[in-house]
Amino acid sequence: MFILKKFGQLLVTVILVTLFASLLLELLPGDPTEVLIPSGSDQQREDLRQELKLDQSFAVRYSTWLGNFATGDLGNYYTVSSDRPVSDRLWQSLPVSLLLMFYAQMLALIFAIPLGVLTAYRKGTWFDRTSNTAAFAMLAIPNFALGFLLQYYLGVKLGWFKTSGYASPSESPIEHLQYMILPTITLAVGQIAIYMRLLRSDMIATLQQDFILMAKAKGLKSKRILFRHALRPSSLTLLTVAGLNIGTLIGGALIVEVVFALPGMGLMLFEAIGRRQIVAFQSMVAVIAILYILVNFAVDLLYTVLDPRIRNANKS
Amino acid sequence: MSIGNQIDGLPTPSGTPGAPKLLEVRDIVTRFTTDRGSLTAVNGVSLSLERGQTLGVVGESGSGKSVLSRSIMGLLPRANTERSGQVIFEGKEISGLNDTEYRELWGDEMAMIFQDPMTALNPVMKVGLQITESLRFHLNMSKADAKDTAIALLKAVKIPEPEKRFSSYPHEMSGGMRQRVVIAVALACGPKLLFADEPTTALDVTVQAQILDLLAEQQRERFMGIILVTHDLGVVAGRADEIAVMYAGQVVEQAPTALLFSEMKMPYTEALMSAIPKLTDASHTRLAAIGGRPPDLVNPPKGCAFSPRCPYVQPRCHEEAPALTPSPTAPEHLFACFYPIGSPETEEIRLRIAAQRLMATAPQFVTPAQGPPPIGEVPAPPSTADQPEGM
Ligand SMILES: Nc1ncnc2c1ncn2[C@@H]1O[C@H](COP(=O)(O)OP(=O)(O)OP(=O)(O)O)[C@@H](O)[C@H]1O
Ligand code: SF4
Ligand SMILES: [Mg+2]
Repeated sequence: MFILKKFGQLLVTVILVTLFASLLLELLPGDPTEVLIPSGSDQQREDLRQELKLDQSFAVRYSTWLGNFATGDLGNYYTVSSDRPVSDRLWQSLPVSLLLMFYAQMLALIFAIPLGVLTAYRKGTWFDRTSNTAAFAMLAIPNFALGFLLQYYLGVKLGWFKTSGYASPSESPIEHLQYMILPTITLAVGQIAIYMRLLRSDMIATLQQDFILMAKAKGLKSKRILFRHALRPSSLTLLTVAGLNIGTLIGGALIVEVVFALPGMGLMLFEAIGRRQIVAFQSMVAVIAILYILVNFAVDLLYTVLDPRIRNANKS
Repeated sequence: MSIGNQIDGLPTPSGTPGAPKLLEVRDIVTRFTTDRGSLTAVNGVSLSLERGQTLGVVGESGSGKSVLSRSIMGLLPRANTERSGQVIFEGKEISGLNDTEYRELWGDEMAMIFQDPMTALNPVMKVGLQITESLRFHLNMSKADAKDTAIALLKAVKIPEPEKRFSSYPHEMSGGMRQRVVIAVALACGPKLLFADEPTTALDVTVQAQILDLLAEQQRERFMGIILVTHDLGVVAGRADEIAVMYAGQVVEQAPTALLFSEMKMPYTEALMSAIPKLTDASHTRLAAIGGRPPDLVNPPKGCAFSPRCPYVQPRCHEEAPALTPSPTAPEHLFACFYPIGSPETEEIRLRIAAQRLMATAPQFVTPAQGPPPIGEVPAPPSTADQPEGM
């Protein structure tokens, strides 16, 4: 029942998102084949027009794409010389984006959780106020601006990290990290601020609870009280927001990939729009939407791990 | 000084002669800095307790009972809190300890049971772990030993199927069961001193007695000193060896239990007495509250703190604050009042009040109403409308 509901939700979202995205591309003036294969012959262009059903209605084109997508055919990425299946490029770029988002999320949580816990514990102190100010500053910097700054100072001037390009972890793990560090930091900074402040306010509420005083009266160490007793019941909002934030994170990742020339979904999408690759664009948007929903589904499952009371409510 | 609750064959509650008392508290003052100014929650309280004995601390809401227990235990937050006075535990001054030193005492030597079992247990931790963690921390038990001990404790507090309950979450248990778990947690490391801060207030009347009996039983077995905090004189009546009555952060009357009930001196204690819920009351009836409001602890009234509400108030009460002094007839009976119950002034006033009440309700008896009132519906005497309502 739960699964069925989630699946319905998934279907509706994918259709709405891709419909909207392709309608936007429809609005661009001119013949797409001129952008797709600018140096192609008239014959080639006519063939492509046939294949893309450009002489037919939008409804036909969209439903053809949807039908193909449902059966796993993501369409082609068109060039003059050869047409490559979108799925090939997807398999190359999807892991890059996923890794980037994963690293950024982990980095954000690794910093935000202890900071959130400690600022709540030391509420009103010098440490709390400084962290608070720093968080606001971090929130105020746009992703791309921070990206350029890091690229220039840490990459170009100091030469510590690579500023553009990519190596997969299986090729060379060290190089992979060198390429990924700056994009990860760029993407994570804003999230650290959000997560830290969220956790701080929930922790402050939890620390007022009787069961915290009881834990103290048991003689437990502060570290255990904070991280074993208080953190878990305080992290539900954080988890929800971290899930919802995947949307923001995807958007951020797309920008960061362009800034750092990381060959992920963002860069691919950017290219697809520039080259009027309608089919590729639609398929990628659909894949991103599905990912988004799957992550939120995982978040729902995580709730029940964090709070046993929800587990019971779901059962009954 | 030991009255009641003494069982033959057990060590005397007063312990070995010459040995230091379990707990001795001298002149505790606790102030909080608030937006409105300095709030004196506990104002010069002195108490003492031997192992195996129970001291009842009674007072209405806001009288400073919880703050007193937390001050003694050292559990108050340090920010915005100012505390003075001495707390001597087994002959050792503990009020100046830092948190690391306190942790050696907390849970191990002294423990606390909280008022509301619904909020006192961590909702996302299995009850077993909540018991074993202090065993492992204080007594360095192995995981398996701690589990066995925890199950034995759950059995001791009469939780059915303790092995199964070990892996339950608090929300899977009833309020009474949770309070038993809270007690098991407090008893885990065998504390010598137990603070029970309104341990039954949040529970059903029938469960209340069971929990209090359980505490008494565990006290006999473990020879603990208990400070039993409550707003209900009825709860401590048969269970405490000695009772301290608190008002506005001060102890205003203190005596061995039987003496307190037979020779009550303070008008405030008398008022608390009439607030004891009767067995005939429907469960959960609100207490017949004492008229008037508790005093503002930031700006306490001049003179006796109870004077704005005291039925026997005299001009002197507004000018001077009475000190806690021993009764001339029984030195173990302390009270702070210029005109205690039984003195000529209060007797006269008491008679006048009684006469007024009688006259106010008299018409009912003189002119019978049209037939008897329906059962369960008692016509309110006209005088109640004029009485101030509290709570
Ligand atoms: N941390 C604090 N900061 C400021 N005021 C406080 C604080 N803790 C308690 N108080 C005040 O101290 C007074 C005594 O509170 P306390 O909790 O000891 O009352 P109590 O006798 O336990 O009442 P109850 O029966 O409601 O538990 C109250 O007026 C309360 O508002
Ligand atoms: S001192 Fe006066 S006001 Fe205070 S309790 Fe006694 S009679 Fe009442
Ligand atoms: Mg209290």
